[in-house]
Amino acid sequence: MASLSKDKIYALINEREERFPKSIRTDLFNKLTDVPDLKEKLVRKILDSVEDAYLRSLVEPGEAVGTVAAQSIGEPGTQMTLKTFHYAGVAELNVTLGLPRLIEILDARKNPASPYMTVYLEKQLSKDREKAQEVQRMIELSTVESISDDITVDLALMQIKITLNSVLMSDKGITPDLIVEKLSKLKKGEVLQDQNEIIVDSKDLTIDEIYKLNEKIRDLKLKGVKGITRVIMSKDQELDEWVLYTAGSNLPDVLSISGVDPTRIKTNHIQEIRDTLGIEATRQAIIDEATAVLQEQGLDVDIRHIMLVSDIMTQDGNLRQIGRHGISGEKESVLARASFEVTVKHLLNSAARGELDKLRGITENVIIGQIIPLGTGTVDLIMWPGYQKRSDQTEDE
Amino acid sequence: MWTPELKKISQIQFGILSPDEIRKMAVTKIITADTYNEDGTPIEGGLIDRRLGTIEPGQRCKTCGNQVGDCPGHFGMIELARPVIHVGYAKSIIYKLLRSTCRACSRIILDSITNKNYHKQMDEFAEKEDLKSASELIKEIIKEAKKKAECPHCSQPQYKIKYEKPTSFFEETPEGSVRITPSEIQKRFEGIPTLDLRLLGIDAHHSRPEWMIISVLPVPPVSVRASITLESGVRSEDDLTHKLVDIIRINQRLRENIEAGAPQLIVEDLWELLQYHVTTFMDNEVAGIPPARHRSGRALRTLTQRLRGKEGRFRGNLSGKRVDFSARTVISPDPNISINEVGVPEQIAKILTVPERVTEWNIEEMKELVMNGPNPDIDEKKGVSQSGSNYIIRPDGKRIDLRFVGDLNKTAEMIDQGFIVERHLRDGDMVLFNRQPSLHRMSIMAHEVRVMPGKTFRLHLCVCTPYNADFDGDEMNLHVPQSEEARAETRVLMRVQEQILSPRYGGPIIGALHDYVSAAFLLTRKKTLISKEDVWQLLLAGNYDAELPKPAIAYPEEFWTGKQVFSLLLPPDVNVTTKARTCRKNELCKNELCEYDSYVYIRNGLLLSGVIDRRAIGADESESVLHVVVKDHGSDRAREFLDSLTQMLLEFLSHEGFSLGYSNVNLPDEGKKRINMLIEEKENAANDMIEAYRRGELEPLPGKSLEETLEMRIMSILAKARDSAGRVANDYMGISNSAVVMASTGAKGTQLNIAQMAACVGQQSIRGERILRGYRKRALPHFKKNDIGPVARGFVRSNYRSGLSPTEFFFHAQGGREGLVDTAVRTSTSGYLQRRLVNALQDLHVNYDIIVRTTEGDVVQMKYGEDGVDPMKSYHGRPVDIDTVIEEIISSEEN
Repeated sequence: MASLSKDKIYALINEREERFPKSIRTDLFNKLTDVPDLKEKLVRKILDSVEDAYLRSLVEPGEAVGTVAAQSIGEPGTQMTLKTFHYAGVAELNVTLGLPRLIEILDARKNPASPYMTVYLEKQLSKDREKAQEVQRMIELSTVESISDDITVDLALMQIKITLNSVLMSDKGITPDLIVEKLSKLKKGEVLQDQNEIIVDSKDLTIDEIYKLNEKIRDLKLKGVKGITRVIMSKDQELDEWVLYTAGSNLPDVLSISGVDPTRIKTNHIQEIRDTLGIEATRQAIIDEATAVLQEQGLDVDIRHIMLVSDIMTQDGNLRQIGRHGISGEKESVLARASFEVTVKHLLNSAARGELDKLRGITENVIIGQIIPLGTGTVDLIMWPGYQKRSDQTEDE
Repeated sequence: MWTPELKKISQIQFGILSPDEIRKMAVTKIITADTYNEDGTPIEGGLIDRRLGTIEPGQRCKTCGNQVGDCPGHFGMIELARPVIHVGYAKSIIYKLLRSTCRACSRIILDSITNKNYHKQMDEFAEKEDLKSASELIKEIIKEAKKKAECPHCSQPQYKIKYEKPTSFFEETPEGSVRITPSEIQKRFEGIPTLDLRLLGIDAHHSRPEWMIISVLPVPPVSVRASITLESGVRSEDDLTHKLVDIIRINQRLRENIEAGAPQLIVEDLWELLQYHVTTFMDNEVAGIPPARHRSGRALRTLTQRLRGKEGRFRGNLSGKRVDFSARTVISPDPNISINEVGVPEQIAKILTVPERVTEWNIEEMKELVMNGPNPDIDEKKGVSQSGSNYIIRPDGKRIDLRFVGDLNKTAEMIDQGFIVERHLRDGDMVLFNRQPSLHRMSIMAHEVRVMPGKTFRLHLCVCTPYNADFDGDEMNLHVPQSEEARAETRVLMRVQEQILSPRYGGPIIGALHDYVSAAFLLTRKKTLISKEDVWQLLLAGNYDAELPKPAIAYPEEFWTGKQVFSLLLPPDVNVTTKARTCRKNELCKNELCEYDSYVYIRNGLLLSGVIDRRAIGADESESVLHVVVKDHGSDRAREFLDSLTQMLLEFLSHEGFSLGYSNVNLPDEGKKRINMLIEEKENAANDMIEAYRRGELEPLPGKSLEETLEMRIMSILAKARDSAGRVANDYMGISNSAVVMASTGAKGTQLNIAQMAACVGQQSIRGERILRGYRKRALPHFKKNDIGPVARGFVRSNYRSGLSPTEFFFHAQGGREGLVDTAVRTSTSGYLQRRLVNALQDLHVNYDIIVRTTEGDVVQMKYGEDGVDPMKSYHGRPVDIDTVIEEIISSEEN
């Protein structure tokens, strides 16, 4: 009794491509290929049985999946710790987790508390420590301040004196010449170099201006990517690759650095993904981030709920917040908006605009005391016992 | 003949009332700033004018002739001597309009071509119903218009408009800043063409901008501002009435002054005062002006305050309403009822009623209920009252209160088909049971009533998990559905057994817990052998009445194993393979030969190997025995299984005996010594680390300061100290130890709890750091300053059994307090998150085509969850449990 070939099993499963979702098909294929002594009849029987079970597990029309999803994500919120910081990937990086992070994701914040990126390198570079370090230097932001021991303003000579730290400089791969070049570009006076000291001589400036210049010089970017304060290199044991973890996130700029693998780069800054990669990536990012938060807390939430939340947040192509400045604030119904937050403002403005509330949502119908258009309320059937068609009534009703 | 109620509100149009409408709507002008005459009758033309509606029972409204409940109330009006601005519109609309329209010709300050272009764009958006882009466009138009220094239509120069909170506008003319009076604004707005208004986002048909300047103030009906009569007989008027009194008074004075030709200054002052009163009448929390106060100093609650916030009209009365036919009392446990029952106190059952229509088939029964009346005799068998009834409703709608009926028998004879009897709640009625906070749908479930003596609601312990209830004083609510439709939905959708599976993760949320789990373990472990007599005793409790299987041991005496007894309650064709919670997760699983008996193997309803613990029948455990029972045999069978299992386990445990005491956490001297030595060793290690730090020999971790590094290392050493001390304690505790039984089966507690009781409590922390607060450079005055050793910074080396030293006790209390604060803060933040989530998602539902749409019709997902599977009906997230399907088909094929 020869077992069926993989191709045959594949073909049998794909006969039902239309009827099974992809997840079931791959699962079936993996499991059936492990079974010894399969016969076609048996496979068909199994497929029938699976199809039966699948059809039984479908959602029922009218099901309030939104509310269920909201509850399924909100309810475990009570069980989450409020403890903010935890370690991610590498011990040196602190990352917001738990309830605060979940709120951050759903709020679609422009400035998350602890943005970070995981930067994978192109395969040919990733095994080489030196090369990885090079990329690290390109990413990590170095300012004049970060590589100097001291920066002082000499008001008598109208000079700014920068004392360089050679150890830090070599660590970050920065030469004094580079600093001189960058400072010269400011065009705010003469730049002189004397061994470990750089002097910016700017006699033409007023005292106010020289202090401003001082600030500017301190924050002057020498190398690296804006917003990324630290980059930590660490070896991923499983992949046997060097991976960079960054504190701070700047997806567009890091993507443009050579050596970075653009297909595997990750950031936890969702808004940035929206701006750089678009809405589809954003949807997936919300799902991934929210799942990670819940998983880390040991909470079991079905991914369908998270997908639904992500889908509504990204529904119109923009990243919309869960709350007053997003989905709830953009609802069609005046009553629905008024009953959520900032009640009076919504009422007044809707009067000025002459808005019409079609009463199609849930809250509106609760307010006016009618059956809500959801669940058993979706079914529009009226029984009218004793109803008799009157002769004077026209057909078109 | 009964006909269904077909009235339906299909839409609501919002708009602003025009002065003409207000005048037409008003039943009277209100001219007197007073309420009652000396003889206590309302003054005509006063604020409580009889024409404004009635609030006193028995009195008829002078306008509509209805009595209290039926009179909707009628508006009055006040003609203001000078117009005033509506605060709510001052900044948001009036300011914008003033800046974007011409001061002379009132048109938008844009040339005709641009104007036309904008109209075209507007048309496009309107066609697409793209509200968002439309509002963006409006913003742009306003921005463009206010830039212009000269009107393209009449060439008049335009000046900058300044807005001053809350209701003043100034125009910065070359001659200086000039105030624009409300009358002036009104005049300007009257000239804005309808078409122009459209570009500014105003629908002139429903709201002309000049109507935002109030010249006639509507006076709300008395039913909106009902006065209350105190016990002393003193009338107390509503805040709104007080405010209206102020308005009328000032309005009167203003009018008199104008008529008398008073100086401009005085008129303006009074005008300003009128503006203030009208402003606070609308909103008494406006920034920039002091709130109007009651004589007692309390700020008045005026219109805006009535609507706003959690207790406001919207959230407090419209989205959430108070209901009749509900009850609330303390809950207590009752293991002898079914999980889908609720014990209702007799007193409550006699107040809550179910309306039942008298038909040909139930008339005798109904007659008896009426005869029993509101206070029936005691049913001797049950120990509670028989079922009775409180009201009957005649077919003509008249309601008869049975409390005041002289002869109940006579009344009972009177009833006939078509009457409605409001009978008492009785056994078998479906009611909704709820515990707040209602965080998920399992917080409200339908139970069957069991009327019982006592004053508490009784519920089965297994439903504590979904309700998140315990019995330390929790109270719960009960609601009685009043219509047949509601009862049907309740029974089909909301019954406890329909909620065993949680939609959150696709697994049972209702299941065995605490002692049931311990009992299941003790029953099903290998050494449990039960005599015939005891087996029947257990099976009696488990409601099993069929044949006994062959005994596992036949001679010298017949004995059955616990596994056999457990199997009897399982449906006969259950197949499950799983691992018990006691599984040690060895790399190579010995399956049936597991020395801990952790390989749970059930075939054809027989537990062949493995011990039953939380993993198999517990609440919150997916892919368990219980899960399979629910999925394959339906919720009713699962309910039966849980009912009989829990009752049998309880019977077993009360015979077996199970207790936890001091001796369970006590260790032999040798163990204590070992733990002591171990902790000392770790403490020394920590102290060495500190020494190294002091000598400057400590190397910092990358990215951390020296101090942070030291703290991290000490923390990890001390954490290890507790863990290894716990492990030592564990060495002296076997499975015969009750504490270990509970922790390892998942009944209650963890290994950590045991370690803290028997070995060492461990480091106390605040915000993840060792304790250091309260004193300068030390945590308590018992220690030296700058002492950073383990003991000085909150390391508790004692255990709960031996007790804590005073300093340890204090540290422990500090750590404990942090936990309490954390919980308190968390409930409010997560509660708000939940509210936002629900509000954002509540309109989503699955249509007949599995497409998820909002109720407005926007598509959110083309196929729910990408595969259309309901998580609740899934097998822990997977649509189908393929492994089991394959196994079952193959094995059935082999046979």
